Amino acid sequence: MTSRNARRNAVNNVMLSLTAVCAFLTVSTLFLILAYLVYNGGKSINPQFFTNLPVGQGETGGGIANAIVGSAEIVALASVFGLPVGFLAGVYLSEFSGKVLGFLIRYTADLLNGVPSIVIGIFAWALLVVPMHGYSTIAAGFALSLMLVPITARATEQFLQEVPRTMREGALALGASKWRSIATVIVPAARKGIMTGMILGVARISGETAPLLFTALGNQFWNSGLTQPTASLPVVIFNYATAPYEDWHRQAWAAGLVLLGLVLIANISARLIVSRGMSIPK
Amino acid sequence: MATPSAAIPATRKRPVAGQLSGADGVAWAVTLFFALLILAVTLALVIQLWNNSAPSREKSGFGFLTSSLWNPVTDQFGALPFIYGTVITAFLALLISVPLGVGAAIYLSELAPTKLSNALTFLVELLAAVPSVIFGLIAIFTLVPLMRSTIEPALKSALGFTPFFTGPAFGVGYLTAGLILSIMTFPYIISVSREALMSVPREQREAALALGATKWESTWDAVLPFARLGIMGSIFLALARALGETMAVTMVIGNDPAIHASLLSPGYTIAAVVANEFTEATGKVYLAALVELGLVLFVLTMIINGLAQLLIVVTTKKGSAKA
Repeated sequence: MTSRNARRNAVNNVMLSLTAVCAFLTVSTLFLILAYLVYNGGKSINPQFFTNLPVGQGETGGGIANAIVGSAEIVALASVFGLPVGFLAGVYLSEFSGKVLGFLIRYTADLLNGVPSIVIGIFAWALLVVPMHGYSTIAAGFALSLMLVPITARATEQFLQEVPRTMREGALALGASKWRSIATVIVPAARKGIMTGMILGVARISGETAPLLFTALGNQFWNSGLTQPTASLPVVIFNYATAPYEDWHRQAWAAGLVLLGLVLIANISARLIVSRGMSIPK
Repeated sequence: MATPSAAIPATRKRPVAGQLSGADGVAWAVTLFFALLILAVTLALVIQLWNNSAPSREKSGFGFLTSSLWNPVTDQFGALPFIYGTVITAFLALLISVPLGVGAAIYLSELAPTKLSNALTFLVELLAAVPSVIFGLIAIFTLVPLMRSTIEPALKSALGFTPFFTGPAFGVGYLTAGLILSIMTFPYIISVSREALMSVPREQREAALALGATKWESTWDAVLPFARLGIMGSIFLALARALGETMAVTMVIGNDPAIHASLLSPGYTIAAVVANEFTEATGKVYLAALVELGLVLFVLTMIINGLAQLLIVVTTKKGSAKA
């Protein structure tokens, strides 16, 4: 009996330690990634990297200025298209939707959220690139907005749902109409949560590469308008990392560090808003 | 779902335009329009994939899915090597990430003090936010050389008698892609499984402990079975992500459109071939074949995702029912 208990205790200790090992192993990959990027990217970042255009194969001293601006344009377009649509759809889901239609839209949004990004790229290509006879910033922005809409909608719905019922009833009891209570009480109460969801969504799409491959394509120079192909950070990382040139590898690391830095800063600041926010009932 | 209509709070009641006064009606109509846009866009996506793959579907028919010959020069397109590569890499990824992810989730929900658990979960969620191209970048320059020089030769000498670990060590291939996918998928497994484990009622644990079970026995025999649907959901979610993952895999898969038994050999996945060949595809059928590959991938991930959502919804319902 004692030997059996000793074995049970041993199993207990071994298995519980193993779960701890799993947890720390998984978390440590984040630090490995960060360390590699900072080490390899840090030594390649210099002022010219941010201000110069790319130079030819084999030459040194090129930069990714056009890719940074291109990415900013694409993400801005995606946010302009995607955030309002997602937000209003989220308001509908939380405040107006009936059972059947609400379920249908919610389920579709989750499915759309799960569509592989490369398939989103094919869709944007078929819908915009083919009819417009060319790759463009607009097509890329549209592709990314498709990924942003379901994220924003579901986050908006979730945080609106967390607004206490007493607040809704208070507004209605004061004689406010439904839309007035939504606009002046419910949405402001959920403001911080919704903003967090939006920032996380924008951070996620700004690192997406696959949908840009055949919408934005790429460009060695400044793009000359929203209907022209444009360079972007993720695609530059992909192209430079897979090319056989030493100087391009160096720039890929630096661009990777810039991209990951931006994404992580957005993520961390968004989560800080939540944890400080008064609007989320816990 | 079985809530009787009388119990639905007034704010969730289905509005009819006539019941809402002027401005409310406008707000209802505007938000409804944008919500319906989600339906419309998803429908348009399916229609576009279907229409644009027509030349390939008409030429290859069902043989598209069963042929393993991919030769753009002679206009012969078979998707089997890509489907095989997609499934194999995703399977390898889950083989690693499921035990690791569920183990970590158990630690975070059952053992770790709340503060530590929250901090670690935050870090895991940051890992999920790392763009896929960054994983690819790091894999190309660190994992691939490591696989080529150390891991793959070691696997060959230890397990070379099986067909799965033969051939030259290129560094790129199914195994490397599977490894990088496992890192990209365990954040999903951890965060969803942790939620599922945390929604298991305390009585479940206390009852097992009161009967004399050790901490591990109570976790394994009482808590895990209770949360198994949610954990299954997290695994399906991770599977869907792994199947559709593009950039990191494209950078380490080796781009060989053939079927190999050896996990060390280069292969190809659906997403990778679309990413590599789409802008270079000349000819109507070639382009359509790539769109059809996209359609196959879409259907595959939709089925898996649908299952995942269903499982997660079921367990969340169960979890919230006690509140």
